[in-house]
Amino acid sequence: MGCGTSIAVENQTLLSETAIKAAILIQRWYRRYCARLEMRRRYTWNIFQSIEYAGEQDQLQLSSFFSFMLDNFTQMNGNGPDLISQLLDPVVDPLSEEVRQLKFEQIVVPESYIGPRLSFPLSVTDTNALLSAFKEEQTLHGKYVLQLLYETKKLLKQMPNVIYLSTSYAKEITICGDLHGRLDDLLLIFYKNGLPSPENSYIFNGDFVDRGKKSTEILIILFSFLLLYPDHMHLNRGNHEDHIMNLRYGFTREIMQKYKTHGREILQLLQDVFSLLPLATVIDNKVLIVHGGISDKTDLDFLGTVERHKVKSALRMPKRTIDHLKVQSCSRSSSRHSNRSRPHSPRSLSHGRRKNYSSRSSSSSSSSSSSSSICSPQISARNTPRHRHPASPRLPSPTDMLQVPFLDSFVSLEPPEPPREELEWQQVVDLLWSDPKTQNGCIPNSFRGGGCYFGPDVTQELLQKHGLCLLIRSHECKQEGYELCHDGQVITIFSASNYYEEGSNRGAYVKLGPELVPRFFQYQVSRSTRKLTLHQRVRVAEGSALRALKEKLYAHRSELMAAFQLYDIDNTGRISSNEWAQVVESVLRLDLPWRTLRPRLARLSTDGNVEYESCFDDISLGDPVPPVSPNLAETLYRYRTDLEIIFNIIDKDHSGQISIEEFRQTWKLFSSHLGVAVNDQSVDDMARSIDFNKDGNIDFNEFLEAFRVVHKLDVKEKQQG
Amino acid sequence: MADKYTAENILTDTQKRISNAFDVFDHENNKTVDVREIGTIIRSLGCFPSEAELHDIIAELEEEEPTGFVCYEKFLPAMTKILLERKFRPIKEDLLLQAFEVLDQQKKGHLEPGELSRYLTQEGEPFTQEEMDEMLSAAVDPDKNVIFYKDFVSMMTYDDTR
Repeated sequence: MGCGTSIAVENQTLLSETAIKAAILIQRWYRRYCARLEMRRRYTWNIFQSIEYAGEQDQLQLSSFFSFMLDNFTQMNGNGPDLISQLLDPVVDPLSEEVRQLKFEQIVVPESYIGPRLSFPLSVTDTNALLSAFKEEQTLHGKYVLQLLYETKKLLKQMPNVIYLSTSYAKEITICGDLHGRLDDLLLIFYKNGLPSPENSYIFNGDFVDRGKKSTEILIILFSFLLLYPDHMHLNRGNHEDHIMNLRYGFTREIMQKYKTHGREILQLLQDVFSLLPLATVIDNKVLIVHGGISDKTDLDFLGTVERHKVKSALRMPKRTIDHLKVQSCSRSSSRHSNRSRPHSPRSLSHGRRKNYSSRSSSSSSSSSSSSSICSPQISARNTPRHRHPASPRLPSPTDMLQVPFLDSFVSLEPPEPPREELEWQQVVDLLWSDPKTQNGCIPNSFRGGGCYFGPDVTQELLQKHGLCLLIRSHECKQEGYELCHDGQVITIFSASNYYEEGSNRGAYVKLGPELVPRFFQYQVSRSTRKLTLHQRVRVAEGSALRALKEKLYAHRSELMAAFQLYDIDNTGRISSNEWAQVVESVLRLDLPWRTLRPRLARLSTDGNVEYESCFDDISLGDPVPPVSPNLAETLYRYRTDLEIIFNIIDKDHSGQISIEEFRQTWKLFSSHLGVAVNDQSVDDMARSIDFNKDGNIDFNEFLEAFRVVHKLDVKEKQQG
Repeated sequence: MADKYTAENILTDTQKRISNAFDVFDHENNKTVDVREIGTIIRSLGCFPSEAELHDIIAELEEEEPTGFVCYEKFLPAMTKILLERKFRPIKEDLLLQAFEVLDQQKKGHLEPGELSRYLTQEGEPFTQEEMDEMLSAAVDPDKNVIFYKDFVSMMTYDDTR
């Protein structure tokens, strides 16, 4: 029995040794699996952010195009600068307040309209009606939108730039971040946390609109509660509360589609309302809440004196610099490049220079690059898409020399101290566009001096200066809906779940009581009832990111092929992985880990080289294929968004149509501004071919539809599944 | 174009791969990464170090006074060496299946979450509760509440990055 037991024990020990080995093996494998997943999650995130960043750069291009049109272009069939400037420059309302109010009241709402009919001053009945209506997918009639906006404007005018709140009055305050038109997220927050009321205070920290499809509804709800409970509902301005951003990111389009008759007037009014939104909120003199962040120049006292309504858009610099730059544009030579460099805009001074900064520098470098020259081509040594880059023009640095016309020549002058307007503009832009970074220092975004990256030292200094203990901001999407940094002194709160893609991230809100200890609440709106595992979420998000990347590749196909072929002297169709990665990075100018991504984008041949043409395999133009050359198709595809924006502006009466002449002129201007070489004749031919009924007008939505792309793998999957 | 596999080319290729992987985690764009991400980077490059081995690598990489960051200049040579010497080679996939089978003493074809947790959080280089929870959320069949490890192994070993 002794033997028997000892054998049994021995077996037991043997088993457990094997079991331990097995456990170790599983642990190792699993950790490696998680690392791969993490890598994929990260680069997926990077892809989304770089494309978002590239979009913001495109936005800057577009803004500069508008400015270019404004400056250099007098008439375009009567749809000239007055129409553009209406959208871009602050407009003085010719009608007096009373007259306008009367005008709105006189708008007739048809009997057939079944939506809510608001009566001012608003009551709980109105807000409840709105919430129910929007859940039923109804649209509020334009009359009420105008009246609502008008009342909101009146209220906001009375508010200071910085709102000071107290928890002793408000008890617990709930702070929400970016919503970006996601009505479901807002409704979910109200469901979990209750509606705004005197017992339930809310702060919404900007970016209510753009991207999502229900920006209008969100605004209406937020403004209604603001009017109903002005002491318990607070809204901070975000960088998307900006009519120029709205042109690109969807809000303008949403309004024009939902409000055919009153859309333009609504947009006009919104310009004012957005610029009147407060810039910051302070709780108990201890917690600062702003949309973006701060810079080392941020000063709450100065901020209190700023004329915030004058900063209509971060993408339009104050007037003085514009005039000064007009001068510069005369002496500029137009050198065009065949590869895609950023345009020489008369707007930006140091457009040519991308600063290679070292993060160790702790001084603020608003006078960043050395002498700037307008004509130097934009060669970016390295994009930094992983940081948000506010697409804001730069203010001239003290070291720049001004060229001013005097009689027949130009005279060099030292620029005077930046006028107050510019300083105010910078303060506002810093608040709305800045991002925190982990290492010390304050660096302007590499474009130029609006908005920056602020380190823990900057936070520390500002908090100390004003006796604060916490900064709460939004502006950046975070996977868990919130994130702490700078040693817990900065909280990022983001409330749009699934921002990039279904399953990409949670949303969150934070609650603060009198003890000022933040409590976080997360959620995720989901189309499916089943919760996705991390693996599934990564896969879905990655798929979406890769699709977007493939579209970018497609949009630059001819440039890429030309560059690939430079390496492929023997015309084998193959080049090395390194060469492939190098080409793609230099043409697309997206700073992504191309070597790591290569297996997802292009095929290897048997000899280990990349078959470079395979990266276009998956994409083709949709059905029916437009009757144009591939080159032109590619160009039009690339600039689709910009063209759409321009067309919408030209189309004054929202008919969806513009004349061939307008189309041709716009295209000419746009392409010459960008330095895109397109044969005028082919554009003409194409325009005419799209004018189906030959009445001299183009339905531009149909036109743009022709340049959609299809992902063939997706189609195949759908057919099989 | 003729001879792609010269020593020089392999070296550059390797370094490019390392550089890319490093960049993904270089948030500030200043050629440094948080030391806590080093494990992820090394593993995503195809290596299977144990936790102990990882600690050794990190100890070597960190500066005299650890700043919490590792710079690229230090990382590159260390990682190049690891890759070229093929240290921490991958474990074969069938071994992984066998490992699960060993734990499945009763040869049921599946494991209870409790069983698996016990082994993985107590033996070898134990999982943290967080790691265990994450694995369970991916591995446990929601209807039967057990782990069909064969399927799980397939998922873990599927390499769609070829």
